Amino acid sequence: MIQIKDLHKSYKMGKNSLHVLKGINFNVEEGELVAIMGSSGSGKSTLLNILGMLDSSDTGEYILDNVPIKNLNETKAARYRNKFLGFVFQSFNLINYKSAAENVALPLYYQKVPRKERQEKALKYLEQVGLKEWASHLPSELSGGQKQRVAIARALAAEPKVLLADEPTGALDSKTSYEVMDLIQKINDQGNTILIVTHEPDIADMCKRIVHLKDGVIIEDKKIEQVRAEQYV
Amino acid sequence: MFNRDRWKEIMEVLSGNVFRTLATSFGVGWGVFILIILLAAGKGLENGIRADFGDIATNTMFMWSRSTTMPYKGLPKGRQFQFKIEDVQAIRDNVPNLRFISPRNQLGGFGGGNNVVRGLKIGAFNIYGDYPEIIRQEPMTITSGRFINQNDIEDKRKIAVIGDGVQNELYDKGEQVLGTYIKIQGVNFMVVGTYQKKSEGGGEEGQKEIFVPFTAFSQAFNMGNNVGWMAITAQDGSSISDLKEKIVSVVKEKRRVHPDDKRAVGYFDLYEQFNRVESLFGALRWVAYFVGVLVLLSGIIGVSNIMLIVIKERTKEIGIRRALGEAPWSIKKQILMESIFLTIISGMIGIVFGASFIYGVNALLDSVGPVDMFINPSVSLGVVISALIILVFSGLLAGFIPAQSAIKIRPIEALRTE
Repeated sequence: MIQIKDLHKSYKMGKNSLHVLKGINFNVEEGELVAIMGSSGSGKSTLLNILGMLDSSDTGEYILDNVPIKNLNETKAARYRNKFLGFVFQSFNLINYKSAAENVALPLYYQKVPRKERQEKALKYLEQVGLKEWASHLPSELSGGQKQRVAIARALAAEPKVLLADEPTGALDSKTSYEVMDLIQKINDQGNTILIVTHEPDIADMCKRIVHLKDGVIIEDKKIEQVRAEQYV
Repeated sequence: MFNRDRWKEIMEVLSGNVFRTLATSFGVGWGVFILIILLAAGKGLENGIRADFGDIATNTMFMWSRSTTMPYKGLPKGRQFQFKIEDVQAIRDNVPNLRFISPRNQLGGFGGGNNVVRGLKIGAFNIYGDYPEIIRQEPMTITSGRFINQNDIEDKRKIAVIGDGVQNELYDKGEQVLGTYIKIQGVNFMVVGTYQKKSEGGGEEGQKEIFVPFTAFSQAFNMGNNVGWMAITAQDGSSISDLKEKIVSVVKEKRRVHPDDKRAVGYFDLYEQFNRVESLFGALRWVAYFVGVLVLLSGIIGVSNIMLIVIKERTKEIGIRRALGEAPWSIKKQILMESIFLTIISGMIGIVFGASFIYGVNALLDSVGPVDMFINPSVSLGVVISALIILVFSGLLAGFIPAQSAIKIRPIEALRTE
């Protein structure tokens, strides 16, 4: 599903340039649940941004679902993001003047799905994350865990190839974190490919594979026995 | 454009901060208000001055003879000469596209002594010897009886058409006028009609005139075949200003005046004067637009400013939208539409207030009676439409820079802002 070869990225800061990614190579198969771990400054967020086409690499190859991702202009990048990727952020990033259902329907709107179908789909995904009754509520009326579940429903709504989650549990207490992870595991069980950036070992253990980044290189890439989050809920 | 979700969003954004939206729209509304009022005031002035011109055929010139300033064909300079009645035919034969050529003779004039007697009453009036066509060039309303006709000319009938002013001075109130005689410089003329001049500029003086047939005038007052002056009107579609050179040169040749003698024939080109006034109105309208648009511009800058702030506030939201796959042009469109919507709505309010203001002024003018040189200030539908076009354009202008800066933010940077 994802193939990355020799990915380099550096940021210019005045006269100095900061080499953040120093040759990353890894592949992700369909249906995998991968945790990308590393301390801050290890380059994990940069890697996720490049995977999410929010940022571009300096050199190296990135192939997503057999489509080479390079030389994107903003319009094209926006279309690819919409078609291939679902995002889940640490700070939820819901649009605060839109209701939960409208937030979930947003990526569908950009796909020009008709209004009625959009509403039906949004409700379906909200039901999947257990928030059907909250469909008409504004984000400010939801708890942190609920917000993140709305965000996950939104990421799923466009039926993306890959779900990218940047510290999805970073702003949640551990009980809610496990609930969210339980949801993510269940989505993964349905065959969705998911990448999670985290620095919490217990969250990483709930994935099927852990990629460890340090100073811009992968120092460890191992498959693990998944810990089900269900038992903590 | 007529997308329900887009409009919903525009309303959500604009109603999010009501006071700010109102304050912003005030600037644009005020600008349009000023623009409308300036244009209406210009129109009022224009209407007023046009009314002064009345219905006079404006495509007209007046021509009279003076003394020559150059010797020619053995004739000395400083020679007095007179137009002759055959000159009229010569002009008609040689200059195309002329509608009326009216030779005229005149008695009395400004500061003239008493020249008309009726019974015990006397008065000083302007007496004109005229052809029937003059009524088309210098419109007047016949209030009773008739005007001069072709038979009067041919039979040299001694009849007269008198103005309201003449009637007031020579007749008692309610006295029968038609069929009575007045004595003009010792010659009796029968009154066959009365008139009233439409032109307000003519004022009192315009109503104190007496018109008699040209031929009768010539005979009664020993004019021979002399012509005092002429009023010449060109056909619609050709301008008298273009024809006047030709007319003057025809007359010069007939009267043996040196072709280069510029001062021998005097003329007044009403059309040129009228055009000058017309171009003044044009300039006024231009000034109104200029000032109005400048005032509007400050309102637009206000809108632009607010849109920039809105975008600053919504940086993160725009980042989220783009991460979710909204195309940059779609965001740009959203910002532009918000800006245009805001400008148009506030502009409409400005138009409504401006229109009610003008309505109020008109009501006031009606109640206090006519004001000199200012009648019925108004704006036409065309002005309103052009104001709307200006608004759409300025909305685009106001939204353009903010929209550009909105899509310049890279989604990754937008998401990073907390």
